[in-house]
Amino acid sequence: MLKILYFANLREAIGSGAEDIELPAGVATVGELRSALGARHAALLTAKNLRCAVNQKMCGMEAPVADGDEVAFFPPVTGG
Amino acid sequence: MKDISVQEADFDVGAEIAALSAGDVDAGAVASFVGLVRQDKHDGAVAAMTLEHYPGMTEQALAGIVDQARARWQIRNVRVIHRVGRLLPGERIVFVAVASAHRHDAFAACEFIMDYLKTRAPFWKKEETPAGGRWVDARESDDRAANRWK
Repeated sequence: MLKILYFANLREAIGSGAEDIELPAGVATVGELRSALGARHAALLTAKNLRCAVNQKMCGMEAPVADGDEVAFFPPVTGG
Repeated sequence: MKDISVQEADFDVGAEIAALSAGDVDAGAVASFVGLVRQDKHDGAVAAMTLEHYPGMTEQALAGIVDQARARWQIRNVRVIHRVGRLLPGERIVFVAVASAHRHDAFAACEFIMDYLKTRAPFWKKEETPAGGRWVDARESDDRAANRWK
């Protein structure tokens, strides 16, 4: 099982902030997960400068994903 | 003393600054920064702003930034407070304060923590304007500011 989280405008576009999914077959990286989820959530594919984190650490789309991970997708941060 | 707080409540700047060096007679300097909600006018006045964050990761990211500051400068107590939820123009959003023996380390670490917070801590701002809600875009100038420290 993977916990997927969406934030900010991505959360609004998808209409949900979180979902639990089975690790899709053939998915080994965040980028591959993005493509697989993109079939249901087009906003993941069209988002410019999409950022991601695995287990609450920022990473690149090439980062590995494994069963049990928490994966978050979000736009560039704008705090402070 | 707690280093990092992510909270809806406002904070007392004077009390926070005083607490930073309370009982620390080797602290010779305290530098601080307060960020406020601005009433931007480029696309209609901002009536309010809502700050969203990634609970859990936010605190970890801020702690990691403070750790990096500790590795780069000789600093003593550090305090980072970031508010979340709905805020009005003029309200405080963020507070960073650093104590050190001498001023240079406190100034530099305070600015470093703010620059990294702006580009690495998972907060997002949504503005309420007369034209509706608008997510704030990340600024290239913030990336440039953070890249100075590399």
